[in-house]
Amino acid sequence: MLRYILKRLLIMIVTIWIIVTLTFVLMISIPGSPFNSERGTNENVQANLEAHYNLDKPYHIQYLLYLKSIATFDFGPSIKQPGQTVNDLLGRGFPVSLELGLVTIIVAVISGIILGILAALKHNGILDYAAMSFAVLGISIPNFVLATLLIQELAVNWQIFPPATWSSPAHMVLPVIALATGPMAIIARLTRSTMLEVLTQDYIKMARAKGLSPWKIVVKHALRNALMPVITIMGTLLASILTGTFVIEKIFAIPGMGKYFVESINQRDYPVIMGTTVFYSTFLIFMLFLVDIAYGILDPRIKINKKGGE
Amino acid sequence: MEKILEVKDLHVTFSTYGGTVKAVRGVNFHLNKGETLAIVGESGCGKSVTSNAIMRLIPDPPGKISKGEIIFRGKDLTKLSEKKMRGLRGVDISMIFQDPMTALNPTLTIGTQLKEGLQQHRKISSDAAEVKAIEMMDLVGIPSPKERLKQYPHQFSGGMRQRIVIAMALICEPELLIADEPTTALDVTIQAQILELFEKIQEVTGVSIILITHDLGVVAKIADRIVVMYAGKIIEVGTKREVFYQPEHPYTKGLLNSVPRLDLQGEKLTPIDGTPPDLFSPPAGCPFTARCPFAMEVCDKVYPTGTTLSETHQVDCWLQDDRAKRLLATTAATTAEK
Amino acid sequence: MKIRIGTEASQSTDQVPDDWFNWKKKDKEEAESVARPSMSYWQDAWKRLIKNKLAMLGLIFLILLGFMAIFGPILSPYSVKIQDLPNQYQPPSSDHWFGTDSHGRDVFTRTWYGARISLFVGLMAALIDFTIGIVYGGISGYKGGRTDSILMRIIEILYGLPYLLVVILLLVVMGPSLTTIIVALTVTGWVGMARIVRGQVLQIKNYEFVLASKSFGTKTPRIIRKNLLPNTMGPIIVQLTLTVPSAIFAEAFLSFLGLGIQAPHASWGVMANDSLGAILSGNWWTLFFPAFFISFTMFAFNVLGDGLQDALDPKLRK
Ligand SMILES: Nc1ncnc2c1ncn2[C@@H]1O[C@H](COP(=O)(O)OP(=O)(O)OP(=O)(O)O)[C@@H](O)[C@H]1O
Ligand code: SF4
Ligand SMILES: [Mg+2]
Repeated sequence: MLRYILKRLLIMIVTIWIIVTLTFVLMISIPGSPFNSERGTNENVQANLEAHYNLDKPYHIQYLLYLKSIATFDFGPSIKQPGQTVNDLLGRGFPVSLELGLVTIIVAVISGIILGILAALKHNGILDYAAMSFAVLGISIPNFVLATLLIQELAVNWQIFPPATWSSPAHMVLPVIALATGPMAIIARLTRSTMLEVLTQDYIKMARAKGLSPWKIVVKHALRNALMPVITIMGTLLASILTGTFVIEKIFAIPGMGKYFVESINQRDYPVIMGTTVFYSTFLIFMLFLVDIAYGILDPRIKINKKGGE
Repeated sequence: MEKILEVKDLHVTFSTYGGTVKAVRGVNFHLNKGETLAIVGESGCGKSVTSNAIMRLIPDPPGKISKGEIIFRGKDLTKLSEKKMRGLRGVDISMIFQDPMTALNPTLTIGTQLKEGLQQHRKISSDAAEVKAIEMMDLVGIPSPKERLKQYPHQFSGGMRQRIVIAMALICEPELLIADEPTTALDVTIQAQILELFEKIQEVTGVSIILITHDLGVVAKIADRIVVMYAGKIIEVGTKREVFYQPEHPYTKGLLNSVPRLDLQGEKLTPIDGTPPDLFSPPAGCPFTARCPFAMEVCDKVYPTGTTLSETHQVDCWLQDDRAKRLLATTAATTAEK
Repeated sequence: MKIRIGTEASQSTDQVPDDWFNWKKKDKEEAESVARPSMSYWQDAWKRLIKNKLAMLGLIFLILLGFMAIFGPILSPYSVKIQDLPNQYQPPSSDHWFGTDSHGRDVFTRTWYGARISLFVGLMAALIDFTIGIVYGGISGYKGGRTDSILMRIIEILYGLPYLLVVILLLVVMGPSLTTIIVALTVTGWVGMARIVRGQVLQIKNYEFVLASKSFGTKTPRIIRKNLLPNTMGPIIVQLTLTVPSAIFAEAFLSFLGLGIQAPHASWGVMANDSLGAILSGNWWTLFFPAFFISFTMFAFNVLGDGLQDALDPKLRK
């Protein structure tokens, strides 16, 4: 188990390093200096930037200092928002985005798993078809399309929920639906197919041959094995929810990091773009690491496996 | 001898999108108390379907026992409710499957899996179940059973796992054990050990065994009687001596010819040219006609009535008819003249 | 004790005419014909696909969409780009079937133009992923050993990269255009395909090994060709079908963020983005058409992919 964790840790560090290096390489390869004053930067900010990125030093020194600043979680100043640092923006925006993301993932996981299990147990029944039709629609409608449709119908036409901002639980409903539907559909489909596969396994036949009741077989033998793959895709789902927050926050005017990120993209506010990318990537890669560890804990086969997990 | 199981005219069908598969088409056989009956035959001939039918574990849909009776201790299992049947499974009739690698749940400990059958059917404390589990592990020859109960399946070798599966099947002391190719997935030396284990547990517990196999070496070693299946039918049945030394059905003869020495382990039954008939629309006559060197016109048209050769030996083949014997004699005479 | 083994023998033996007791003429063909008529794998799969109504609906929709993507903009009298401000926000009519947008451009024309972009991006991404994936996964699986473990380690690391973030970063630096979108998508997209190809190659190798060791002799190539190759192609084809909608989604998503195709060019994402404000004022058609087509196209690819998966996977034969 320790070996397994160490290996995952190493992979995590390498991946983060790649992202950091990538942002650096891309930054210095932007034609001209990304912080040129002709791009509308004022003198004061310009000086701050040059100090932060050590633009007067050679590239390899710049790179090392950049690594150092990242390691200390210092992402530097923003170009377009004078007096603000990337850290300020993250500090304000990230908690909101985190809240949105957490609620979304909880909704998606719970409803997706329930839907998937019901569909598998009623295989080829009406419930199965209904759930799976719903799921295929869920993965087909892009979240920003769903969001706008929800606003149009439930907020503008029917006026059931508020169309924008983030100030009460009612404000959460539409953004969370828009963001959770896709991941929920993916989880439901995956749970159903692994559940169906698990149900054909010999150990399920064996359990039936022992005379266990169907209910017991599902709960004790099938569920745990069927949910393993759901854990493995959690990392990918988190990533898609996180990128989903960019558009959802933009559409619903939610003051989260996603909204700032989109604005920074449109204004080409490079430090914010890079800082957010590094921050979010690190966050996601760390989550992926946690997912791997959780998988290792839940699957007894990994503990003893000397090679660790393969 | 007391019959513990009698299967009468069993038919099992699967409705698939390509049509109805008639997997088992009128099978009759019985099992005496304390004996080992081997069911042999090529892949797809209906061995597993027959044994699953006895356990009432045919997946429904698509499968269905469309006709026939399965009498176990005087009761017809095909008429029992699912709930009553559940009370029988694992208690009176147990089953073990081909691949010990997949028959155990990878995420539960051996102990949990061993005990759960016992706890399901008997009012028994967890500690008492544990004692029984240790006893069973001991019986099937697993060293330091107490410690190993806490381990997971992947911590055991294939042979060990099959022993555990056997222990699991026997823990409620069933009267009938159905073993569907219990040694196929194991290597040869382990196979021999598992067969010895079967002999030992039969001696100790007196359990009756239905053993399904491809492997004539296994049959030669531990079977008392042999049922030969082909295309969903039983085409010959007899004691081990009768089937091995006086086989009458051309298919049985073909099977035996393919095995150079009877004591040879691990030989597979893929000897005779051609493939079995399509079970979507099985032929009206003898299903072996297309591959049989002795096929006659009658074979195509009518299924051969069973011929009783001895108290224990029956065969379904037109060659048993007097007219066929005459035909054989004349043919032999003409070829001799030439 | 007499046990009748056979049960279909309703006729008593005596009723069987004597002259049926003659050797049957042996002909090879009959032995063959008794065996189940073996359709080729692809015919079989195609038959199963056709039975899948949803998948067929998807396929037909995609064919029609492809047709309109090619000919739609040509058939329409309006231009994609030229603005006609006096005619802004015309509801659907016989002049403008899908209405006009905030700049008075014909939504019908722009929708088919957007279909071009989406299908082009989707198909190119699938093609490039396929090429890189086959080469990388093929080498990895075929060589095995050290090469394989190094290549797989690389994949493992790349797999951990949050791909849309990387794509956004690349687009920010390279500047938005159709080419950069495709490049950015495939830089990260081939990993999944490479994994699948490697798995399938390993399976083929394994099979060759097993067959050789069992000395099936001359039958080996035939088995590989008839059974194995189709079976291994299955997952690759399915992966291809599913790459397309995810690339289409990514393009729309990026355009929606302002990183994709630039106005006045049309893509479904751009159109949806442009009409965000319009829905609040009731001009629903500017959003509805791009939203409908983007969703239905993804739906069509998804159900087609599902259908192919069911049709190509022999394990799932019902
Ligand atoms: N679930 C099912 N659906 C459709 N057909 C089935 C199903 N299960 C079994 N069959 C069919 O029933 C026939 C007999 O299968 P069975 O598993 O009993 O063969 P077997 O004699 O046990 O072969 P093997 O030695 O390969 O285990 C086969 O032709 C198979 O196609
Ligand atoms: S009945 Fe005819 S075809 Fe069948 S085994 Fe006997 S001789 Fe051969
Ligand atoms: Mg079988």
